[in-house]
Amino acid sequence: MENDVLLTMRGICKSFPNVRALNNVDFTLRKGMIHALMGENGAGKSTLIKVLTGVYTMDEGEIRIDGEEGAISIRSPQEARSHGISTVYQEVTLCPNLTVAENMFIGRSERKTVDWKGTEKRAGELLESLGIPARPRQQLGSCSLAVQQMVAIARAVDTDCKVLILDEPTSSLDDNEVAMLFRLMRDLKSRGVGIIFVTHLLEQVYEVSDQITVLRNGELVGEYEVKDLPQVELVEKMIGKDLDDLSKLKGSVPAGGTGKEILYEAEGLSSSESRPFDFHIAKGEVNGFTGLLGSGRSESVRAIFGADTVTGGKVKVEGKEVKITKPLDAMKNGIGYLAEDRKRDGIIADLSVRENIILALQVIRGIMHPISRSQAEAFADEYIKALDIKTSSPETPVGLLSGGNQQKVILARWLLTHPKYLILDEPTRGIDVGTKTEIQRLVLKLAEEGMSITFISSEIEEMLRTCSRLIVMRDRNIVGELTGDDLTQERVMRTIAKGGGKDE
Amino acid sequence: MNKNENSRPVRVREPITDTQLLITITVCIFFFMYILAMLIWGGGFRKPQMIFDILNDNAYLIIISCGLTVVMITGSIDISVGGVTALVAMADVMILSGHAGPFSGIPEKSRIVLAFCMALFIGLLYGLIQGYLIAYLEIQPFIITLAGMFFARGMITIISVDPQKAPQNLMDILQKRIEIPWLGSPNKKGVIIPARMEIGVVIALVIVALIFILLTRFRLGRHFYAVGGNRQSALMLGVNVKKTRFMAHLISGLLAGIAGFVFMMHTGAGNATNATAAEMNAIASSIIGGTLLTGGVGNVIGTLFGVLTLSTIKSIVTTSGLRDPWWQSITTGAMLCFFILLQSVVLMQKHKRSK
Repeated sequence: MENDVLLTMRGICKSFPNVRALNNVDFTLRKGMIHALMGENGAGKSTLIKVLTGVYTMDEGEIRIDGEEGAISIRSPQEARSHGISTVYQEVTLCPNLTVAENMFIGRSERKTVDWKGTEKRAGELLESLGIPARPRQQLGSCSLAVQQMVAIARAVDTDCKVLILDEPTSSLDDNEVAMLFRLMRDLKSRGVGIIFVTHLLEQVYEVSDQITVLRNGELVGEYEVKDLPQVELVEKMIGKDLDDLSKLKGSVPAGGTGKEILYEAEGLSSSESRPFDFHIAKGEVNGFTGLLGSGRSESVRAIFGADTVTGGKVKVEGKEVKITKPLDAMKNGIGYLAEDRKRDGIIADLSVRENIILALQVIRGIMHPISRSQAEAFADEYIKALDIKTSSPETPVGLLSGGNQQKVILARWLLTHPKYLILDEPTRGIDVGTKTEIQRLVLKLAEEGMSITFISSEIEEMLRTCSRLIVMRDRNIVGELTGDDLTQERVMRTIAKGGGKDE
Repeated sequence: MNKNENSRPVRVREPITDTQLLITITVCIFFFMYILAMLIWGGGFRKPQMIFDILNDNAYLIIISCGLTVVMITGSIDISVGGVTALVAMADVMILSGHAGPFSGIPEKSRIVLAFCMALFIGLLYGLIQGYLIAYLEIQPFIITLAGMFFARGMITIISVDPQKAPQNLMDILQKRIEIPWLGSPNKKGVIIPARMEIGVVIALVIVALIFILLTRFRLGRHFYAVGGNRQSALMLGVNVKKTRFMAHLISGLLAGIAGFVFMMHTGAGNATNATAAEMNAIASSIIGGTLLTGGVGNVIGTLFGVLTLSTIKSIVTTSGLRDPWWQSITTGAMLCFFILLQSVVLMQKHKRSK
């Protein structure tokens, strides 16, 4: 063993009834390193993490950790923690009703009474030394998600952790918050903590990581130094096939919107969550709302779909004035909406793939016109094939599918209703690169067939590739519209920056 | 450059927690209402004895509400408490009057001690069994405690079909009142009648204080909040969720037992219809006092004021001439509705602003 090695996993194997999730995987983490764990969905990242945190028990292999003789066994999250392995998950696992200080120390004290002064003082010191903008006595729920996550990290750090696992910590943070988190990660790194960083965002990997381990289909592809591995190669290694050059995708769609028939038009549309705005989309156009997190892009499309309480505005679909105050109105007018939060607003995890797919169509047809079983099966088979949904059978509960495939199921649900206008809010969040490309390609194909699509993504590049018109938002207002040659990342950034009223 | 800014300690007012906010609302509304009652209906409300009457009548309710608050903070529920209270009251009356077979030979005054022990025993037994079934076997708390309620009500009738009365000489001891002369008020002849408070009130207030300390100063108390706030998170944070839920139900059962003894001290009667719907009043009081049914938020101080608010409203209704019993139910319903609306609006506003 080298001196600075903190954790080694050798020959890890783990099988589930149908799948071999991990096959002879090695992983090494060194002191003071940020080590990115990369791979598509189904590559085995999360299984590896779960083996390390004691959620799963491995079938074969051994784990060694610095400072302990011989191989260790980890059978529960508690045991993992006692070996100095802490995890911070994407969903914050703290109690929002308790104070920041309590969240950092609850469940750790041997004493029967609570020493408020002591905990608050220690929490205050820790927060300050890590530069986390929270106060010990603040209720956790009143902090932003990023701060909550940092509090979780602070707690992990304080439990004397040697290995910190960050499982997609950035997926719901905006750029500022990500920067804050990265500062914290670098700080921990300088203290000798080894960090395992799981993320889907390539740019973030290159910004903060030192090393990368790539997994594919449950096997180890390799371990690399970040500086020796260009992005294109990384993507290649993750996907394992030559990726079509993504930039080629663009251009197949004419710069839509001009001179074409307007499909949907809103004037002064506002909802309980969004300020009044004007918006229109032409037939066969792909446009998008962009802006920082919290800029109101999701709220705007939710207003279009009637997902929040609509408070005003005129809406025309194909020139006719209509009233859209609830999702059913929107659906009856041929509008589909793939929600941002697929767990909450999208899938029904316990229902089968088939049932999830026919859901929207059934709603439109009404309860008096049920879809027959054989018809439903035919629909399900058709779309499972068309969208290449990876499921063992149409009867598998959707909750068991990977994120990317769940997203495809919801997409299938909307496509089945043959919408004229489809709104996709973050359809590519948290899914692997391969599926991402597939979805982008599908968007362009549908547009070519005449469907209007509004596409939202927090990755600006992805939007630049797919949209022919971008509506830029800032602080809940539309601050600009970009088309044609203006569709560059730089222009978007500048529009957002200028939108605030202060020039640089 | 920024040194100046950093070195100056900035005192920021800590944002108030949900629990504190809801309790403040309840306390304010109670005082507002009581003062209003003093101004409008005067008479009884201006005498301190009024507040003691309310306390005397509701001491048992304060105690079971405390237990319910604890259970509700953990995100659970216990609707057996009214039944347990009545069961204990009946058992105690039987012991005091010497009808309880094996205990009938005991000297009269020792019977009081025995009755208290019986209250603790029944309460603990309920807490243990219900707590075990709910926390360790993970059975729905609503169903288990519903079964517990039916069981208790049935047991009362097995003990005695007819209403029972405790012997007067023992009741004289139990109903001894604490006199507070400086809070007295003159009667029609101008003689100062001291304010009178029953021993049960002292027990109830001590319990409020003890549970308050448990909730705010003890690890177990904070674990109640953690489990109610997010059970899964609490587990990940290293809280022993099962034990915590078990303890909450144990406390609730035990307090229901003590409440039964206090109830018996106040009424001296054992009756199958005793403390009817007490569990519902306790839930209502907890909610009015700022405890959320969803768990994680609440405190017994709020609950105490919840009981007071609810009973003051009832007194106001009676005082203002609506003597038919249904008016009390209607006002209770309206109050509950009003408070829940108020709470959700206030919390919604608060969370919106902090975002």
